Amino acid sequence: MTDFTDIWSYLSRGPLLWLTATLAAYAIGDACFRAANRRPIVNPVLVAVAILAVMLKATATPYATYFEGAQFVHFLLGPATVCLALPLWDNLPRVRKAALPLLAALLAGSVTAIASALAIARSFGISGEILASLAPKSTTAPVAIGISQAIGGSPTLTAVMVILTGITGAVVATPLLNLLRIKDWRARGFATGVAAHGIGTARAFQVHPTAGAFAGLGMGLNAVLTAIIAPMLLRLFQ
Amino acid sequence: MIHALLVILACQLFGEAASHWLALPIPGPVVGMIAMVMLLQFLPAAAAILRPVAQGILGHMSLLFVPAGVGVVGHFGAFGDQGLAIALAIAGSTIAAIAVGALTFAAVARVTGNKDD
Repeated sequence: MTDFTDIWSYLSRGPLLWLTATLAAYAIGDACFRAANRRPIVNPVLVAVAILAVMLKATATPYATYFEGAQFVHFLLGPATVCLALPLWDNLPRVRKAALPLLAALLAGSVTAIASALAIARSFGISGEILASLAPKSTTAPVAIGISQAIGGSPTLTAVMVILTGITGAVVATPLLNLLRIKDWRARGFATGVAAHGIGTARAFQVHPTAGAFAGLGMGLNAVLTAIIAPMLLRLFQ
Repeated sequence: MIHALLVILACQLFGEAASHWLALPIPGPVVGMIAMVMLLQFLPAAAAILRPVAQGILGHMSLLFVPAGVGVVGHFGAFGDQGLAIALAIAGSTIAAIAVGALTFAAVARVTGNKDD
């Protein structure tokens, strides 16, 4: 067994092991997603996170060690956001044409996301730091964390809530929108991007390119709007 | 591929610098996205260079959220006995926001006679 522990301690010191594990876990998640006929409940992110969480627990690996390898994947979030410009540009004439429905949906979706979260939490007696952390959770992580700090929330709690919101949105969007009989890909994608930021956008791209393009737009616009209205709405619930 | 990556990273770098310097409420990558849309408006030929790399990255955008997702697992304890209430608030508000957003879009599009081509 010494050989194995030697190799393990050698490998676990560098970033290669956990970078490989991250890609492998995602590949398994994606394979499960395909095997389940692309059913949204078998979300590849959810499967990959579960596999990796079990692996970290089993090997008693701290998150900081894991992140040394995973940071290369994490870093690509920025470039990926920039890349959303391409589908957005492809659809620019359609975006211009749909300006009115887009603005109405942005305002309605963004206010609903913040106000209903605060109302539900308040009804369970949640207040103070946790309530403030919840307010910006539908927007993309860096914006949400910035807003949270400004209004007395905890950046860590907000980061967790942002991810949970994104995964929830990615899982519920398709069945929910089918139930509501919304067939317009612009409406489906845009509402998902507004409510569930990048994870919702990633899901929208899996479903339809138009949905993906409008989801990216919704995410970007809601980053701006949430920064403005989250502090105001929070004041109503404090 | 190098040229595409260069343009993407340069847009992000510009976005990060602008966001920080002007103290914008928008994160750098989103400013970078706006910058790239403007670049494409002025230089449509850039799209052909960017497309393969951009599509490659966006096609697996879900993967990029895995490291942050793993980080979340360790923090479930932070919610204490309020975990269930927070989970309900997140689930309820996300369902409500998607439904209200999509229904509003569809309603306004119908009223203004806005159809997708």
